[in-house]
Amino acid sequence: MKKSKSEERLKELGLKVIKDVEKNKNPSITVPIRALSNVIFNEKTKTLELGNKTSNRFFFNVAHAKKFLQTIEVASISKNLIEEGKHASLRDVFYMAKRTIPETNVNLVDDQSESDDIIEDLELVTGNSREQLHVNANKNGSVVGKVTIEDSGDIIRWDKLGSGGWSIPSNVEDIKFKNVNAKYVIYMEKAAVWERLNEDKFWNKQNCILLSSQGQTTRGIRRLLQRLYEEHKLPIYVLCDFDIFGAYIYSVIKYGSINLAHASEHMAIPSVRYLGITAQDIEKYDLKKHLIKLNDKDIARIKQVSEYEWFKNNKAWQQQFKMMKQMNAKAEIQALSARGITFISEKYLPEKIKNKDFID
Amino acid sequence: MKAEKRSDIVALELAKQQREISISEFFLKNRHLLGFDNPTRALMMVVKEACDNSLDACTDMRVLPEIKVELTQLAEDRFKVVVEDNGPGIVKQQIPNIFGKLLYGSKFYTLKQNRGSQGIGISAAVLYSQLTTGKPTKIYSRISPKKSAHYFELQIDTKKNEPRVLKDNEINWNKDHGTKIELEIEGRYLKGKQSVDEYIKQTAIVNPHATIIYITPEKEKFEYKRVTEELPKEAKEIKPHPYGIELGQLIKMLHDTRANTLQGFLQSDFSRIGQLTAKEICNKAKLKQDEKPKKLEHKQIEVLFKALQETKIISPSSDCLSPIGAELLEKELRKEINADFYVTISRSPAVYRGMPFIIETGMAYGGELDKESQVRLMRLANRVPLLYQQGACAITEAVTETNWKPYELQQSGNNLPVGPTLILVHIASVWVPFTSEAKEAVAHYDEIIKEIKLALQECGRKLSIYIHKHIRAAEQRDKIDLFEKYIPELSNALSNLTNYKKELLQEKLQKLLKKELPTLESENEKK
Repeated sequence: MKKSKSEERLKELGLKVIKDVEKNKNPSITVPIRALSNVIFNEKTKTLELGNKTSNRFFFNVAHAKKFLQTIEVASISKNLIEEGKHASLRDVFYMAKRTIPETNVNLVDDQSESDDIIEDLELVTGNSREQLHVNANKNGSVVGKVTIEDSGDIIRWDKLGSGGWSIPSNVEDIKFKNVNAKYVIYMEKAAVWERLNEDKFWNKQNCILLSSQGQTTRGIRRLLQRLYEEHKLPIYVLCDFDIFGAYIYSVIKYGSINLAHASEHMAIPSVRYLGITAQDIEKYDLKKHLIKLNDKDIARIKQVSEYEWFKNNKAWQQQFKMMKQMNAKAEIQALSARGITFISEKYLPEKIKNKDFID
Repeated sequence: MKAEKRSDIVALELAKQQREISISEFFLKNRHLLGFDNPTRALMMVVKEACDNSLDACTDMRVLPEIKVELTQLAEDRFKVVVEDNGPGIVKQQIPNIFGKLLYGSKFYTLKQNRGSQGIGISAAVLYSQLTTGKPTKIYSRISPKKSAHYFELQIDTKKNEPRVLKDNEINWNKDHGTKIELEIEGRYLKGKQSVDEYIKQTAIVNPHATIIYITPEKEKFEYKRVTEELPKEAKEIKPHPYGIELGQLIKMLHDTRANTLQGFLQSDFSRIGQLTAKEICNKAKLKQDEKPKKLEHKQIEVLFKALQETKIISPSSDCLSPIGAELLEKELRKEINADFYVTISRSPAVYRGMPFIIETGMAYGGELDKESQVRLMRLANRVPLLYQQGACAITEAVTETNWKPYELQQSGNNLPVGPTLILVHIASVWVPFTSEAKEAVAHYDEIIKEIKLALQECGRKLSIYIHKHIRAAEQRDKIDLFEKYIPELSNALSNLTNYKKELLQEKLQKLLKKELPTLESENEKK
C-alpha cells in the first residue's frame, strides 16, 4: 500500500520517540508553544503569527507523562484513519482515545478539550493540517445569499434553501464557487439574528451574503469568509454583541487567533470591518435601557484584550473598551429588537452600511 | 379574734407536717441529679467517686498513686466494687464522717484545682449501695506502718445524715498506708464509650503520674503504668477573685472576715487587690476606707459589689492550677492510643468570671482509629473523664464549631468531624463550671469555648501539615507507579504508528523507567 505523505509525517514522530528510547534517553516530543507568550503580531501582514518558542514534552516526567501518551495515542488514531481512508469528527477521536488505563483509575482522556488540544499540537508537530490528519470539526453555521456552489459534485444554490440556509461544513477547501452575486458579506455571531434577517430576505433586498455561527467562529467559517474575500473581493462586515467577547470574535476573524496563530495565513482577513454594536450605536439608537451590567469576568477580560498588541494602538477600539467600562454595561445585538422587530433589517443595517459607519 | 385563733391552728397543723428534709433523704428522691439514674451509669459513678477520692488523697499527700480497681459480678445485676489505694490513709475518727455523711468535707469553699470539690461524692456511692443492696460499705485504712489498720462497716442514717457504724475493728493489713473501700451495688456492666473501662482508660491518660490496675468483671486485667515519676505541680489555694464572686458570697465574706476595715477586708480576703486598688474600689462605691465590714448595709454592699465588678483588676494568678503538660499528655496518648501521629497543646492560663483555667488538647490520627466514623472525643475536667452529656457540653460545642475542613478532616455542618482521629480536651480550673451536679458537661462560657477553639486550631494546623505530607507522599508514589501502567499503552500506540515490535519497546521502556526512577522521585520531593 502506498503511504501518503501525512501518514509518513506521523510515522516520523513515532520513530523519533523510538530513537530516544534506543539511545536510552528520556523520550521527548518538541511542541511549539501555542500561547500569547509565543504569538507575534506581524505589523506588515496585520496578522498573528506563531513565534519559535517550543517546549519539550517528556514521557518520564510526572507532569508530562499523560499528555505525552495522549499525543502518541491520537497520532496512532489519525494514522489508522488515513490508512482506512475515513474521516472522524473531533468527538469521534475523543471516544476513540477515551478509556481507563488498565489497573488504574486514570482515563487516557477525560474531556474532549484534551484530545482537541492534542490534534492542534499534532498539526504543528507533523506539519499536517487537521484535514490531512483526517479529522473534521462539527459543521457549524449557516449561510444565505445569491451564490451557487459545487460541493462533492452537487450544485447548490444558497438562495434556494429556505429558512435554514446552507450548513457550512468544517472543511470548505474543495468547494467551488460557480456564481457569486453580492456586494458584501455580513458575518454575525448570533444564529437568531441571522434567522431574523433571512426571514426578512435582507440578503435579497440588499444583495449581500449573510453568514452566522452559534458562538465560536469555526475554521470552516473563517476559511469560507477568507475565500469570499480573496476570490470575489467582497467586503466582509462583522456584527457582534457590544461586549468584550464580541470584540474578540472580530479580532479572530481579522487577525487570527492565539490558539491557531500558525494557521492565520489561511484564515485571517485583515480587511474586515466591525459594523456594530458600538458604544455610539447605543447612544444613537437609544439602547440605554436595554443594557446588561458587566460581571467580574467581563471586566477582567476587557483588561486582557485591551492590552493585546493588535488592539493596543487601535484608538477606535480603545475608546470602545473605555466606554464599556464607563457604562459598566454590554448590549446584545438583539437589543435592537426593542425598537421593533424589523428595525435591524429596515433601519439599523442599511443606515450603517450606507454611512460606512464601522470600526476598523 | 376568732380568725386569729383559726390561723394559729392551721399554722400549727402545718408545722406538724413540715420537717427538715435531710440531705440524705433528698438524695434518695433525686439520685438522678448526682448521676445515679440507671444501673450502668451508677456502676461507673461508684468507681469514679472512689477513684477520684484516691487520686486526690495521694496527690494531696504527695504520694505517687497506685490504684487497684476490681469489679466482681455477684448476680445478674449485682456487683462488688473494690478500690484500693496507697494514699495516706484516713485517721480513725474521720472515717465514719468521710464515708457516712453527705456534704462532709473541707473542699467546698477553697479555690484550688481538685477533682471533686463538693464533698458529695464517695458518701453518695455509700448511700447508693445501701439503697440498692442494703449491704454496709467496708472500709480498710492505715495511716502508717507504725499504726495498725482499721476496718469499718458503715451505713448512713438517712434521716439524720449521720454515719451508722456497724463494725469497727483493728486488723492486720499487709499495706504500710492506704485506703480500701468495698461496696456492693446494683449495676450493669457494659463496654463502650460510657463504660467503666473507658473511664479508667481516660483517667490513666490524664494522670500520667498514676499507675492503675483494673480487673473487669470478666477477669480481664488492665495495667496502666505511670509514665512519669514526678507528681504534678501542687495546686495552691487562692482567695476569690472579685470578678468571680456573687453578691451572696460577698455578704458572707463581709460577715466572716477578720478584718476591721473595708480596705483591710478587700486587701486580705481577695486575690489581686492591693492598697491602691482597694482605695479605688472604696472611692467608686463612695464608702469610707475604714468602714467596718460587718456593719455595711445591704444597699451599701450592692454598691460595693458593683464597684468590684467595674474596677480594673488584674487576672488571678494561675499557680492554683495544675495542668498535665503537653509532653506528658503526648506520652500517655502514645502509650494508650495506637495511631500514626500525635499532637498535644497546653495553653497559657486564661480567665472566665475571675476564675483562672487552662485548656489542654491532644489529637491522635491514623493507626487503628476508625476512618469512617466521627472522631473519638475525650472530654476531661480537672483530670476527670466526662462520659455523659456530650451534646450539652461546651467542649463539644467548641469542637463542632471549629471548621475542620482546612485541617483535612471531613465535616458536615455543625457536626463532629469524621476521620481516624481522637480529640482530647482537658480543662483545668479552680472551679470548672458544670451544667449540673452530675458534673458531666461543662457550661457554655464564651471565654472557655474560645480557648478550646484556639487550642484545637493549633492542633489542627499541625495535623493538616502531617496529613498533607502523608497524603501527598502517597499520591506522588501513586503517580510514579502509574508509569508502569503507561508503558504498555505507549508501546501499543508507538508500535501501531511505526510497526516497531511492541514487546521489544515495552522491554526497553521498562529498563528506561528503572534508570529514570531516581530522577522522578527527586523531582517529586522538590515539589
